[in-house]
Amino acid sequence: MKARDARLRLAQNTGPLLALGVFVAMFGLFLYEHPRQISVNVLTTASNKAVVLALVAMAQTVPVLTRGLDLSVGSVMTMATCISSVLVNGSPGHIAFGVVVVLLAGLAAGAVNGAIVVIGRIQPIIATLATGAVYFGIALLLRPSPGGDVSEGLSNALTYATFGIPTTFLLLVGVLVFLWLPFRRSIVGRGCYAAGSAEGAAYMSGVAVGRSKIVAYMFAGLLSALAGLLLSLVALSGEASAPQGGAYTLNSIAAVVVGGSSLFGGSGGMVGSVIGAFVLRTIGDLLFVFDAPPLWQPLFEGVILLGAVSLGASRVLRIKNRLELFT
Amino acid sequence: MNASGLPPFLRMEGVSKHYGGVTALDGVNFACSPASIHAVLGENGAGKSTLIKIIAGAVQPDQGKLLVSEREMKFASPIDAAHEGIACIFQELSLMPDLSIADNICITNPPGRFGIIDGAAQCRRAGQLLQRVGCADLHPLERVKNLPLSRRQMVEIAKALGRNPKLLILDEATSALTAADVEKVYAILRQLRDEGLAILYISHRMHEIKALADTCSVFRNGRHIETFAQGSRSDEEIVRLMIGRELKLIYPAKPQRDAQAKAALEVRGLSWQERLADISLSVGQGEIVGLGGLDGQGQRELLLALYGVLSGVQGCTKIDGVAVEIGGPAQAKALKLGMALIPEDRKTEGLMLPMSIRDNLTIAALSKLTRHGIVDRAREARYVEEAIRSLRIKVDNLDNPVASLSGGNQQKVVIGKWLMTGARIVLLNDPTRGIDVGTKQEIYQLLRKLADAGTAILFYSTDYDELIGMCDRVMILYDGRVARELAAEAINEHNIIAASLNLPEGKRVTAIEAAA
Repeated sequence: MKARDARLRLAQNTGPLLALGVFVAMFGLFLYEHPRQISVNVLTTASNKAVVLALVAMAQTVPVLTRGLDLSVGSVMTMATCISSVLVNGSPGHIAFGVVVVLLAGLAAGAVNGAIVVIGRIQPIIATLATGAVYFGIALLLRPSPGGDVSEGLSNALTYATFGIPTTFLLLVGVLVFLWLPFRRSIVGRGCYAAGSAEGAAYMSGVAVGRSKIVAYMFAGLLSALAGLLLSLVALSGEASAPQGGAYTLNSIAAVVVGGSSLFGGSGGMVGSVIGAFVLRTIGDLLFVFDAPPLWQPLFEGVILLGAVSLGASRVLRIKNRLELFT
Repeated sequence: MNASGLPPFLRMEGVSKHYGGVTALDGVNFACSPASIHAVLGENGAGKSTLIKIIAGAVQPDQGKLLVSEREMKFASPIDAAHEGIACIFQELSLMPDLSIADNICITNPPGRFGIIDGAAQCRRAGQLLQRVGCADLHPLERVKNLPLSRRQMVEIAKALGRNPKLLILDEATSALTAADVEKVYAILRQLRDEGLAILYISHRMHEIKALADTCSVFRNGRHIETFAQGSRSDEEIVRLMIGRELKLIYPAKPQRDAQAKAALEVRGLSWQERLADISLSVGQGEIVGLGGLDGQGQRELLLALYGVLSGVQGCTKIDGVAVEIGGPAQAKALKLGMALIPEDRKTEGLMLPMSIRDNLTIAALSKLTRHGIVDRAREARYVEEAIRSLRIKVDNLDNPVASLSGGNQQKVVIGKWLMTGARIVLLNDPTRGIDVGTKQEIYQLLRKLADAGTAILFYSTDYDELIGMCDRVMILYDGRVARELAAEAINEHNIIAASLNLPEGKRVTAIEAAA
């Protein structure tokens, strides 16, 4: 029975495991080719860059599980960065207050998204496209030009290493263990999977579908805000940059897919998305250590991304019943 | 009428429900008692589904009262009904395919504390429930989407039992079960009744109702017509109550056939993976050949293989005597004789539910309706009108989504869409599943008429009555092989069951033994 359990669990997690394999191979190559000695500093820099995207990808995961999509994650992140550049400074009490406001703002933005999707019955893709513009607008009003002041003390505490492990990475693991794992096992979390798998069946089974979906978008808002906070701590300032927000949103979707979650909802999880984000970030680093001409970088990134996504789709080649292609 | 002598668990007084201008339920008084299996009969559109949805809290009545244990209730959602101990097993499965069996079984009320689910406890509970419905071989962590239909239905039953219901509603819940599973479900239902459960049982299969029900209620046109003790009315009388008119013969007469009509479809040595092994058969022009056997013996795969949906199929297919390679539905449709497959699941493979009735009807035959690649609206209108008329599809407005039609009419649209292509070889995969008696009979008449006009028909049915009534020859599949071919007088209940179990010819088995 135990062996059968293990086999089943393995079979049900091929997506994230495949992504993990790709990441280990790519990161190994990166470390091998890296010109300088591998030091904690190299790892910390890599982690700081990757963790922001990983958090945004984790944010994206929950709405995707419900068969939705959140196009506002990048904007919420940008908004959080700008709020942080205004509030997260000064005395420890002031800093703590600022952090709480940043996270609450993210939660509120997610709640608005969820309410519009669930109560307003507007399709997630268009609802969050609109609210995303609103959140970016707020960011721009708060920070019309790049700048601001972010607590260096907090930045030093979070963006270096603790016991030789990048602190941001520890933070990421903490979020996974203390937020994601309980959520996955909660009734609300189960409701998110159920809604994404077959919303009608979930409703008829007496699942509180609406509540689950609203919580999914709130979770997304919270994690996006956390990503924004971290970004402001790395940059020590805030900037309302539309291209940056948009790139994070699109990369978050890519990371979710590379990590083995289905865009049709119902299957996948945050661990996969984190690995997916690491894969995406490593592409850029790899091109850097191999001295790829900068003009070619976006093209290479696209090709590698396509390859990574295709790996997950390789099951299609084994299908002998063509009808199964559509399910 | 009260079989158990106990006060009713659930009572409805003067309940009405309208959808727009359509009356689904009209002043219905209805009651069901504990410790009783209560069958609800009626054609599609008689109001059975609405009745159940109201009881389950999925829709709210416009008028009337709903009382549970003599307390008046207003169910705002299925959650409220579940709190009162009402559990429903729907015709359209209510499982979430991406979740595990255990997740599905415990979805309404998972074990655990503070909103966090205890995975191990959930697994144990699911295991016990699976054992109770005789499916101990299923692993609770398996994903539901990896299970065949008949297993999913057993999981659905386990899920309903897991809620410890006081009223259990089964809406066509046995339509996809194998004979062995049906017998298990019967035993469970009888046991639950003896434990004091109220059970509402909706089925179109007369022999199931005879085997199970204590009380029957007949609905027609949204009205409750009559409730009576099971056994107090003959089949003829019940059918008359249901449809309000005399039904003559259920099956059209089989014509006398020449020994060897020209074969329209001929297959030699067809094999696919481990599911189909060395199948040879032929269907003559104007002949209806049945496919039978227990569920999941390769019937569905055989039809898909013939239609070119499967890849890696071995064997030789001849259409009208010419060997062909069919690479998919588009090619099958374009053959000289034209092939059509009426699929098993009309909601996913048969129809595009949000699209209009008109678009659904013409989608397969569009190439015949175009001029220079543009759809000729006048010709389209003619074809659609002809299909609606010949199939007697009940339609208000052709531009309504096909999802707005009743199940029987949806199935007629699926059939109509393929008739429009002028196909001369028609493959059918259990086309009357979950369809009312009246529509079934119309479909039988239609198939026979098509055959008489020279169409070759290969017809898979899970209902052996249909095979006996409709088919000129029947091939029984067992484990992906043709176990036996039956013709003429040999097509009877006994032979079909014996062959389905792969028993040697001549050995007698009774239906009870066969099911056990």
